[in-house]
Amino acid sequence: MSELVIDQLHATVGETPILNGVTLTVRSGEVHALMGPNGSGKSTLSNVLMGRTGYHVTGGTATLDGVDLLGLPTWERAQAGLFLASQYPTEVPGVQLADVLAAAYAAAGRDPELVPELMRDEADVIGFDRAFAGRDLNVDLSGGEKKRNETLQLAVLQPRIAILDELDSGLDVDALRAVARRLEAATSGPAALGVLAITHYSRLLQELHPDTVHIFGHGRILESGGPELVDRLEGQGYSAWVA
Amino acid sequence: MGTTVETGPFGHLAEDLADLQLPTTDAEEWRYSRVADIDPTRFARAPVEPALESISTARATIDDLLGASTQPPSATVVVVDGSVSAAEAADPVRIDVHAVQTVQTEQASPNAFALLNERLCSAQVTVTVDAQARVVAPIVVASVVTTDGVVVAPRMRIELGANSEATLVEVHRSTGPSDSLVVPVTEVEVGRDATLRHVLIQDVSVRSDVVGSVTARVEASGTYDTWIAAIGGRYARTRVDCQLLGRGADARLVSLYAGGGDQMRDLRTFQDHLARDTTSELVFKGAVDGRAHAVYTGLIRIHPDARGANAEQSNRIMTLSDDAWAESVPNLEIENNDVRCAHASTVGPVDADQRFYLETRGVPTEVAERLIVAGFFDEVLDRCPVPGIAEAIRPTLAELMSGDRT
Repeated sequence: MSELVIDQLHATVGETPILNGVTLTVRSGEVHALMGPNGSGKSTLSNVLMGRTGYHVTGGTATLDGVDLLGLPTWERAQAGLFLASQYPTEVPGVQLADVLAAAYAAAGRDPELVPELMRDEADVIGFDRAFAGRDLNVDLSGGEKKRNETLQLAVLQPRIAILDELDSGLDVDALRAVARRLEAATSGPAALGVLAITHYSRLLQELHPDTVHIFGHGRILESGGPELVDRLEGQGYSAWVA
Repeated sequence: MGTTVETGPFGHLAEDLADLQLPTTDAEEWRYSRVADIDPTRFARAPVEPALESISTARATIDDLLGASTQPPSATVVVVDGSVSAAEAADPVRIDVHAVQTVQTEQASPNAFALLNERLCSAQVTVTVDAQARVVAPIVVASVVTTDGVVVAPRMRIELGANSEATLVEVHRSTGPSDSLVVPVTEVEVGRDATLRHVLIQDVSVRSDVVGSVTARVEASGTYDTWIAAIGGRYARTRVDCQLLGRGADARLVSLYAGGGDQMRDLRTFQDHLARDTTSELVFKGAVDGRAHAVYTGLIRIHPDARGANAEQSNRIMTLSDDAWAESVPNLEIENNDVRCAHASTVGPVDADQRFYLETRGVPTEVAERLIVAGFFDEVLDRCPVPGIAEAIRPTLAELMSGDRT
């Protein structure tokens, strides 16, 4: 059992406070949806948790199975079991996915030679052309292909907790289903994945079936509840929470 | 094939070069250079008859670089400390070794190091490919420095007859950590409808300085396709002038250059369009680590007669440490309106977003940077026309970037 525990997290970008006390716990096998309007600080939360340059933590803690994430460089946070599926996966010309995943395996003391077969299997599961694995990372991929690629990487790396930042943007219906089914499979079983799905729309949630929904605004969680919150949001919009 | 070697006397250079005026950094062309650090008079002339041991070491050094290539060469020239120690060729390739012949062209600007080469070169190599000939396997001309404290002045002329095609690999290497001065001069003549693929590997000891030049003249519908790896030397400058003289002449200049420690790479290119419908494409990529410097200066000139010319120039340099420094200076001189010119130039560190993305996968920062730099050079390595050379260069690049090269 793993748990990501975020407690009273405050952060700034430059001088501007963006996160104003985020408290949230995600455990193995749970699917949490974090929903909020544009500019509410959702993506900042994922960047702060992952340690991106330019974001400054001004208070609070974030731990994964007791490990203080905020004191680690990004790659060690990933090695601790945290995964970020990017909203806009970065194109890295000349670098092949297989080499990146092999390097991540090697750094974790796992056998990099397992990577090619895992990649092939996972590509088939999510309907991602195997040939993409040998091409430059995210270069010339469509929005949907990039998100399938993110899901493939998640499946090969087998993190404990995954943050999915707007995973549904750029995905067509088929790709959305394929990705959601793979994530569902990952959230069950003995080494179940915990998911924090950051999203603007409810589209992903119809496929992903979250246990808990958080409404996010002004850099903190305004209300948490079950899936019924999504229905309320559909009816009233964010204006019910955010003036 | 004829082999005659004319040589100069062995001896110290101070008196011989007393009247040679080296340029200073006051001259625009040498502004960022380390020409002030170069003192040819502190070196000796290279021995005219290198030791047998030097020759076999030189051979091993060449095999080390080219051994991975699948084809045996169609012709081989081994130059040891500037003296030709072996020359093997068969028709339609001819190798002549003879006294220095200088070809005066109206475009050539006076260059003190070319003059130095002229004075110190013991024998010039001329490679001739007959008209209509198709030479499939590469011609290899390898110049190896085996002696410490000498000036090495290899000089080569490559002549491709009309409608011929050949690949020539020119290699400059050292067998040890010698502190020498290497001043190569290469002249290329590509005949009408001919194609030369010229691979130039500059990989001498990081304790030696290099100031070299390549001047290519391309006749109508000829193609000069050059691929350059400038990865050796302490201060290493390579100048490539490409004159597109006949209608439809084409040049492609692709290069990677890299340095670490206190080294400097200094690349100058000149895409000179003198005739109609001439095309040129330049793709250069460099990286500097440690306290290394790199400067790239490239000029595209389109003459009034060069209607329909199409010229592209792209140079990108990565600075991999806070103390690494690089400058990229593109220049255009266009004297005809009916042309297409494009240039791109960037200098900067590893892209932070790319590094972050790899880090979020659990890749340690240094490994992520190494992958990104290797990927950056891949575009150039993939274009090397001789199989095996790219693979042979990759480890050297990795050493340079990790500061392990001595």
